[in-house]
Amino acid sequence: MQPTHSSRRILLPVRNWFIVFTLLVALVLNLVPFGRLPGIPDWVALVLAFWCVHQPLKVGMAAGFVLGLAMDVADASVMGQHALAYVLLAFAAAGLSRRVLWFPLAQQALHVLPMFLGMQLVMMVTRMIGGAEFPGVLWFLSSITATLLWHPVTYLLLIPQFRPEDKDVHRPI
Amino acid sequence: MSVVGHAPPPFFKRGPAPLVRLAFFVSLSLALLVADLRFHTLEWVRLAVATAAWPLQRATGMPIDAAGDFGAYLSRQATLLKENEELRRRQLGTANLLLRQDHLERENKRLRALLDMRDRQPVEGRIAEILYAARDPFSRRVIIDKGSQQGIAAGQAVVDDIGVIGQVTRVFPLTSEVLLLTDKDQAIPVEVQRNGLRAVLAGAGSGMMELRFLAANAEVQVGDVLVTSGLDGVYLPGLPVARVVKIDRDSSHSFARITCAPLAGVERHGLALVLGDRRALPPQPDDVPVTPDQPTRGKRVKKKVR
Repeated sequence: MQPTHSSRRILLPVRNWFIVFTLLVALVLNLVPFGRLPGIPDWVALVLAFWCVHQPLKVGMAAGFVLGLAMDVADASVMGQHALAYVLLAFAAAGLSRRVLWFPLAQQALHVLPMFLGMQLVMMVTRMIGGAEFPGVLWFLSSITATLLWHPVTYLLLIPQFRPEDKDVHRPI
Repeated sequence: MSVVGHAPPPFFKRGPAPLVRLAFFVSLSLALLVADLRFHTLEWVRLAVATAAWPLQRATGMPIDAAGDFGAYLSRQATLLKENEELRRRQLGTANLLLRQDHLERENKRLRALLDMRDRQPVEGRIAEILYAARDPFSRRVIIDKGSQQGIAAGQAVVDDIGVIGQVTRVFPLTSEVLLLTDKDQAIPVEVQRNGLRAVLAGAGSGMMELRFLAANAEVQVGDVLVTSGLDGVYLPGLPVARVVKIDRDSSHSFARITCAPLAGVERHGLALVLGDRRALPPQPDDVPVTPDQPTRGKRVKKKVR
């Protein structure tokens, strides 16, 4: 597993506790009460999408569902709203992971953007069917922030898997 | 333990197909959505989890609080002095009213006793701090720092120094959730202060409210102040709520579209006063025929057929 499939760098295997730890940190970051400030990314969605793309065998729709329930309670929103959106996000991210990982990071981010926007659209449609008000166009800004964060987050979450680069002319890989 | 990445991936034992898993989880989420939106059956789950997560939630709020405190620390002494002066002047201005309030209230009680009317309930309140706005962008709620441990109960009215903010909708042990007036689900019975016309005020989204079910020729003007009418048994009568900002009397609709702006700092944060429970009104008698003189209460009253 490399940062992208086209890179020549081989990563160490991921540790399970690290995946759980990062998802929990994202959950805590989502609890920070920013109120209605636009452009705050949905950290859980970002980290979940990252692991679904990089480790589709380990993180998938079940994780999305559980995290979604946690977010529903934390957000005081309707039960099942985040769960539904995260399940769909995990499905899309895990399904596209084989394709996405061949691209450089900027183009990976462009692949992830429609997933985040779709997730927000699903949330909006479910809530507006339930009779809620339109949250304003600025609310979709958080998807764009999350997309811009894809590049730094990729490096941040892959740090434990990088191994020191020792050049050996006889063994090129 | 074998490590994925070095061990061969499981080619054959992969569990159910992704589409099957997707269908399973989506239907589970939809069931939850329906259970919560339609039947409101999942409140106890929310209560349990929210109580357990309370310390964590406070801890995450600390950096934000600290930033706010730091900003306040940096605010110039001059502004503070000016604010202090302003407050003192305002206190002196209202001292006249406050000093006579006690006297007037006693007189009111005596007169009411003379007229054989029911006593007005004395106002009692509990000061609470608004901690933060709930993250849910689809509704307008704030969290206050008093909960069932401090005697807050669902349904109590919340006011600030200018007027009504909203109503307590969910109570946790240490916090409670206030649904703001501007939320689409919130309705409050009001009357026009100028002429006593009764109506229902409902949230319209984007920080505004709408006076519903008033005829196109209703006697309402731009600038009218709306106060609570107290008919619902939740809000005390006479609390200022909103001011009429725009009236659209389109004759093609049977009702006027009346837009109002809240008077109190509904979307601002600070201190709020949670008013005590009102005594329950006596239940409405069944046998009294409904008078047709109540078109503005917003509820359609059906006559019983015997």
